[in-house]
Formats: sequence, structure tokens, C-alpha cells
Amino acid sequence: MSAISFFRQFVEVVLAIAIAPLLAGWIAQCRAWLQNRSAPPLLLPYRMLRKLFFKDVALATDASVLFRATPYVLFGTMVLAAAIIPSLVTDLPLARVADSIALVGLFATARVFLSLAAMDIGTAFGTLGARREMMVGFLAEPALLMVLFNAFLLYGSTSLPSLVDGYRTHPSVIDPSVIFAALAFVMVALAENARIPIDNPSTHLELTMIHEAMLLEYSARHLALVEWATSLKLFNYACIGFALFMPWGIATHGSDGAGALLIAIAALIGKLVIAGAALALIESLSAKLRIFRAPEYLAMAFLLAVLGLLVHLLVGA
Amino acid sequence: MEILIVLGLPLLGAALLALFGARRFAAELNAGMSLATLIAASSLVVRVIRYGPMLFGHEQFFVDPFNVFLVALTAFVGFTTALFSRPYMRIEEHHGRLNPRRLRLYHSMYQLFIFAMLLALLTNNMGLLWVAMEAATLSTVLLVSLYRTRASLEAAWKYFILCGVGIAQALFGTILLYFAAEKTLGREGMTALLWTHLNAVKGQLEPRVLGLAFVFLLVGYGTKVGLAPLHNWLPDAHAEGPTPVSAVLSGLLLNVALYAVIRCKVLVEGSIGHLLPGRMLMTFGLLSAVLGAFFIWRQRDIKRLFGYSSIEHMGIITFAFGLGGPVANFAALLHMTVHSLTKSAIFFTAGHASQTAGTQQMDGIRGLVGISPPIGWGLMLGSLAILGMPPFGVFASEFLILTTAMREHPWTTPFLLIALAVAFAGIFSRVQPMVFGESDAPPLPHSPALLPVFVHLAMVLTLGVYMPAALAEWYRAAARLIG
Amino acid sequence: MHTSQLIAEVLRVLAAGLLLISFAMLSGRRTQQLITLFAWQGGLLFVSTCLVAYSSGLTEMYYSAALTLLLKVIALPWILNRLIKRLGAQWDSEQLVNVPTTMLVGLVLVIFAFGLAQPISSMATTITRHTLGIALAVILLAFLMMITRRKAVTQVIGFLAMENGLFLAATSATYGMPMVIELGIALDLLVGVFILGIFFFQIREQFDSLDLHNLESLKED
Repeated sequence: MSAISFFRQFVEVVLAIAIAPLLAGWIAQCRAWLQNRSAPPLLLPYRMLRKLFFKDVALATDASVLFRATPYVLFGTMVLAAAIIPSLVTDLPLARVADSIALVGLFATARVFLSLAAMDIGTAFGTLGARREMMVGFLAEPALLMVLFNAFLLYGSTSLPSLVDGYRTHPSVIDPSVIFAALAFVMVALAENARIPIDNPSTHLELTMIHEAMLLEYSARHLALVEWATSLKLFNYACIGFALFMPWGIATHGSDGAGALLIAIAALIGKLVIAGAALALIESLSAKLRIFRAPEYLAMAFLLAVLGLLVHLLVGA
Repeated sequence: MEILIVLGLPLLGAALLALFGARRFAAELNAGMSLATLIAASSLVVRVIRYGPMLFGHEQFFVDPFNVFLVALTAFVGFTTALFSRPYMRIEEHHGRLNPRRLRLYHSMYQLFIFAMLLALLTNNMGLLWVAMEAATLSTVLLVSLYRTRASLEAAWKYFILCGVGIAQALFGTILLYFAAEKTLGREGMTALLWTHLNAVKGQLEPRVLGLAFVFLLVGYGTKVGLAPLHNWLPDAHAEGPTPVSAVLSGLLLNVALYAVIRCKVLVEGSIGHLLPGRMLMTFGLLSAVLGAFFIWRQRDIKRLFGYSSIEHMGIITFAFGLGGPVANFAALLHMTVHSLTKSAIFFTAGHASQTAGTQQMDGIRGLVGISPPIGWGLMLGSLAILGMPPFGVFASEFLILTTAMREHPWTTPFLLIALAVAFAGIFSRVQPMVFGESDAPPLPHSPALLPVFVHLAMVLTLGVYMPAALAEWYRAAARLIG
Repeated sequence: MHTSQLIAEVLRVLAAGLLLISFAMLSGRRTQQLITLFAWQGGLLFVSTCLVAYSSGLTEMYYSAALTLLLKVIALPWILNRLIKRLGAQWDSEQLVNVPTTMLVGLVLVIFAFGLAQPISSMATTITRHTLGIALAVILLAFLMMITRRKAVTQVIGFLAMENGLFLAATSATYGMPMVIELGIALDLLVGVFILGIFFFQIREQFDSLDLHNLESLKED
């Protein structure tokens, strides 16, 4: 465990924290273009964060410690997740701590905290949002696990870095199950990150909100941290997707030079640009589902992932 | 050469009637073309009797004792039905249920249907057999919905979808068959789907593939035979289509579909032995016979009644083929013939009976003997014949089947006897009040053609009393072929 | 790596795509969407047939690929689109009951199909033998679609999708049936769709709708 690998781990985490809001800004911009609106500036999320950090916190009178601690917990879990996911390099010292199942657990922890905090104040909308969030999460998690199982079956490991390494050592494998898994993953990622068709990140209607309804009571630096954590979550999901389905450019074991790292950074940014545009496209093309249809949607994602497993086991090479 | 003529004539008829089908002489033209087909088929029969089985057209067509007798039967019933349909359709037109445009469709499709069935019978290619069976369905779908009433549309839709799904299963079975055959016969020379070649190498075909193929083929073609539980389309299509169509569906199409099943069975048995295919045919057959018989009791519509009777009889024939052996096969072939003749005759009279009464509901049909003695007596005699009363031919074949079943699989006899008894009581109790009793319905505007009815019944009677030696020898040859 | 190996893998991916489209059809609500999916299925079938033709060197397979392109990608979707446009049924959508359950049944069917096809594909020598299970699954899923749907047009699309599955089965087990037979099947299919087109108009004329709930009066009484 050399100093250089710690340095690269550090670069990865810092980069994640730094460019996560940029990804959110890029998606917002693409959406605006696609919908023929004039686009907000790319750096708007940073300005928002800055503005919020300098404001005074307004707390509800009966807010508990839980409510105040949650933004930090959220941010912490997301940063930790970013440290585990091989977005730039696979030789991550921290990644040995947890495999991808633990990663799913990490996301679940964040969700539980946010839901509890939303109910903590006792307002109607917070509770509503928390309930919906739990329902979506409850259904999305098994689907996500199934998607991960697909990848595990292909490469025989539950840790994301070794998946990427495995891919690099047998680059020729095109397995039909990948189609199913990728599709299921996109569906789950949309649901988990509160995007259309499950939730609308830019909605102003409290009755249809899921994620936003839980944040209604947050203000100033708390809100800034929660927003930042939200964009980090999206970034993390994108990086999981890259690691599973398009791990090109990621610096693997053995390639230690600075050049490999630079290539990895360039590849990551390129992939994020494409993924962000694709996400904006999906969001512009689809309509938000009624909340009652969400279980159906997630069940489809789950079934697709199971189908991927089946296809792999029955047709696979 | 004769094969080409036999196939070409109905095709030519279809083209001619597509042009002239709306004219006054269309019905005569239809009958004429059918007669020509019959003559061509007869000369084919003579040739086969004289020179034995023959192949034709790069081995794509062939004739052997099994199919030539069905070709003759098809051409014959096709001709008599055309005779019957001439006045029948005139009366329908007179009643305002049809117009010349629909008559054109009817006449043209009728010839096309005969063509498709003859093609299915004469082809040596299992793939072409499938295509012809599908063509037979397609050509009759629009005939079933000819009246454009709600019920007839529903019947035609059901017919199309069910038979379409069924025939898709048969295609899968054919693909599997080809898969097995290709290993032995190779792709070159296109012989891997030819029945004669398959028959020659059937012992070497992969048994597991053939077993699976047979399941699909039986389910697929069995749907068209009307085997329970895939029979749903049959009573509807029989009841809602014009009567001549009901007559040819029951009298011919079911036979042809069963012919396809039996051709497949011969191949499969060569590979996996008699046990599985035989048992499957027996099970499906018994189920159809019993279910068909019990459903007869619940019918109010006269054509549905006889539609279910067809299911029952196809069940009995399938069962007999399942028994196997020379006697049962002989009986099954005989039963195919007599059922075809009797059932079409019954549909002729039933059609005129419902025209006379103005309804197909049996409650509305009364006193046929009083209004028109030939119709009344035709229906009565036809029903007695189909119920297996001696001395009609149906009695002979059913007797043979029953005794064979008793000897080889005694447990099946009670089921057969129950089916026969239930059907007998069901049909007889319905037909009697329709034939006798009082009625004040007016006579028909055109005189009905009842000659075909009595010709058919006379033939059935003859087959029951005395079977010509040539015919018996012919049946025996076919039965040997089926094994 | 060898070209043939690559082709085999691409073929497997294409077959998986076909299966995916079958599931999409099972859950698709809009008629127009179903027709598009059907055309896509035909397109994948065309590409995979071309690949098989290339790798096996059989010229007649190019013909059947061309037939697929003409019939299933161009002609049939065009006819169906025109039909629904003339019937004014483009934007029809149908209420589906319990999609997840249907999908679950579909999943079971897939397992069943693979089980059934396994012994046969282990005997086959074609490059595509592994896809026989998928072909059978596509057939069964189309069958399921026909059972669960109540709209006339949808049932017909299910019927056509079933034929796609059969075609895939023929290519994957034996590199396709002889050309004469393929032509015959294509002709039957085309005529069938024409007849159904006529039928749609007749049904709508009588019932003012293409909903098959209307076609349930002929029952055993």
C-alpha cells in the first residue's frame, strides 16, 4: 500500500466532490437546450452552494439532533461511497474495506437518515416524502443488487475494482446479459436519484414530490450539504454504471504513471458529459409516472435484471 | 401429370370465379369446375390403382393409397357441396342475407379452399403441407364471416386466431422435424422435408427431437382437427358460416388436418416407437369424443349441435389411429369416409331446415316432414346414420373400433360407450321433434338440391351393407402404410 | 480472437435483444409503440440472419434475410400503420392488468423454454444453437401477449411476433428452412395480415370498436 496509491485515492475523492455539482449543472443545461429554454449557467450549482453556505440557518423549533446531523451524515456517506467506487483508478486502498454490497448498504443508510430527518419535524409533506422515498428505495434496492449480481457472475467478484480489472483482462467478452443489466441499471438509477419518470427534480408541486418534499425544512448550510450530497449520489451512480458497463480508461492495477491518471480523468469527464446528456434526453422524452405506477416500473427493472441473470446462465458463453 | 390437373383445376376455378363470381351463372361454373376436379381426381385414382404409388415434380408431389382415397373423397364432397350450394345460396340471396359481391368472394374462396386441401393432401413436402394447411385456414376465414353479423365475425376471429396459433405450433414442430432430418439427409437436394425420404430413414432420426416435434405437430394440426381442449373454434365456425362452408369444414378440412397428423405420426413412430404417439392420440381422441358428446346436450343451435358431433367423431377416429394396427387403422379410414359423407349430408339438410324455419335455433324448427318430406327424411336418416344405427356404414366402422379397443385396451371401452350413448340420446331427442310435429312455415322460394343428400346417404348405406372388394383392398393398403 | 467467435457473440447479443423486445411488447400499452417494436424485432432478425449467412456461407440465407427485411421491417409495419391510421386507432392505448405478474409469468416461460430447447440445442451444430431457447421463449411470450391482450390489433401483432420467434428458431436450429417453404410462409403471413385488415374494418363496422370484449357472446349455453 504505497503512498502513491493513497495519493490517487485522495485525487479521486477530491475530484468527485469537486465535479459532482458540475454534473448537475450540465444536466440542467442539456435539459434546457432540449426543451428549447435558455439554459442556466453551467456553474449555477456552485453559486447556489456558496450563497447557501453564507446564510443563517433557520431551524424548526422542535428539530432534534437527528435533523441537524443528517446533512453531515449524508455528505459523509456519499463521500465515502465515492472513495469506494473506482471512478479513476482500481487500486484504491479504501475499496478493500467494503465491496459493492456494502456500497448498497451505504446508500441505504443515507436514505434512512434522510427519511427520519424528514419525519423529525412532523410536517405533512416531509412525512409524505419520506414514505414515498422508502417505498421507492425498498423496491429499487433488490433491483440494484440483481444488476450487481449480473456483473458478479460475469467476473466472479463482488468488489467493484476487481470487476473493472476483470473486464480489462478479458476485454473480449460481450455477454448478452449485459443488455438486460444495463437497462435495469438505468431504470434503477433514475428512480434512486429522484429523476423522471419516478420523481421530478425541478418540480414545485409539493403533492407530487418525493425527494424534494423531504428537504423542504432545510435551509442554508444544511440545505447546501444535502444538495451537494444529492449531486454526489448522482455522480456515484454514474460512476457505478461506468465501472459496470463501460470501464474504458480507468487506470488499473499496474499502470501507476501520472499519464494513466490523466487519461482516466479525461475519460471520466468525457463519459460524464455523454451520460449527462443522455440523462437529460431520457428525462425530456419521458413523462413522470404516477406514484402508484412506481412499483410496476421498479418491478420491471428487477425482472429485467433477473432476466439478465437467466440469459447469462442459460445462453452465456 | 394428373396431379397437376387435379391441382390446377380448382386454382383456375378460383381465378375464373374471382372474375365472374358475381354473375348469374357463377354457381353453375362453381359446380362445373368442381365436377372437372372430380373427374381429374377419378382418373388419378384409376391410375394409382393400376400403376401403384407415384412421385411427381422433383418428388414434391406424391400419391399413395392413403392420400389418394382422401383426394377422391375431397373432390367428391367438394362437387356435391357445390351442387347443394347452388340453390342454397340463391335462397340466401333471396332472403337478403347476401349480395352478388359476397357471392363472388364465396365462390372464389370455395375453389381456393378445395385447392389448398388438395395441395395439402398431394404434397410430399412437410413444409408445403404446412403452407397448404395455413392457406386452407386463410381461405375459409372470410367465408365464415360472410354474413358480416356480429356472431359470424366473432366466430371468424376465433377461428383465425386459434387456428393461427395452433398452426404456428405445427410450424415449430416442422422446424424440429427438419432439424432432425437434416442430420441424416443433409441440406443439399432439398430432400430433408420430403415425406418419402423421411419415411425411408425414419429409424435413424433422433428420437428425442422427434418426440418433441410430435407434441408440437399434434397440438398444431390437432387444433384444426378440433381435438379437445383445442376445439373452441369449431362449433362457432360451423354455426355462423354459410352451410356449404360448414359442410366442407366438417366433411373435408377436419379430415385433411387429421391426415397431416397421421403422416407425422408415421414418421415419429418409426423413430420413437408406437407407445408415446399412440397414447397421445388415444388420450386426445377419447377426451374429444367424451367432451363432444356431453356438449351436444347443451346446444340450442342445430349447426352447433352437429359441430359438436363432428368433434366427437374426429375424437373417435383419432382414438382409432392411436390404437394402431391394421384393423383399427382400417376402421379409422372407413370412419373418416362415412363420417365425411354423412356429416356433409346432414349439414345440407340442416341448412335447408333452418332456411325453411327462418332460424337455426332448434326450438324454432318444427314439423319438417310436413313442409318438405325430403328435408325431413334426409335429416332423420342422416342423424340415424351418424349415430351409428345399422345398417349404415358408421355402424360398421364404430363396431370395428369398439371391438378392437375392447381387445387391446379394455379400459377405454366404457368411455367410448358413454360417448356414443350420450351423443345418441342428445341428438336423437333433438332431431325427432324437428322432423315430426306441426308447422305452418312457408315452403322455400327455390327448390332445394337434395339429390346430394340422398346420394351420400346411399353411399354410406352401401358401405355398411356391402363393401366392394377393390375398396376394401385399398383401405387395407392404406392401413398397412400407416402401420 | 476469431471472427466466427465474435460473430457468435454478437448473435447472442442480438438474440438477447429480441427477447428484450418481446418483454417490451408484453408491457407496451400503445398500439403504435407495439408496431415500432415489431419492426425493431424484424430489424434485429434481419441483422442476425445476415450475420449467420455470412458466417455459414449459405447464399440462400441472404435471400431469407432480404425477405425478412422486406416483409417484417418494411411491408408489415407499413401496412399496420396505415391500417391503424385509417381506423383512427393510432393513439389507442389499452389498460393492462398487473404488468409485473405478466412479466413474472413471462420469466417462468423463459425458463421453461430454455429447459425445453436445451437437449435440442446441444445436438445442433449451427453457430446460433444457443439461441434456440431464446427463439422458443419469444414464441411463448408472444403467445402470452395474445392471451393477455384484448385489442384486435395487439393480438395480431402478437401473432406476427410469434412468427418472428419461429423464424429465429428455424435459423438457429437449422440455418433456416428451404427457400420454397420460407416463401410460402411469408406469403401466408402477408395474406393473413391482409385478411385481418379487412377484418378490422368489419369488426369496427359492427361493434364501433376494436375491443375484443365485444367478441365474447358465443359461449356455451
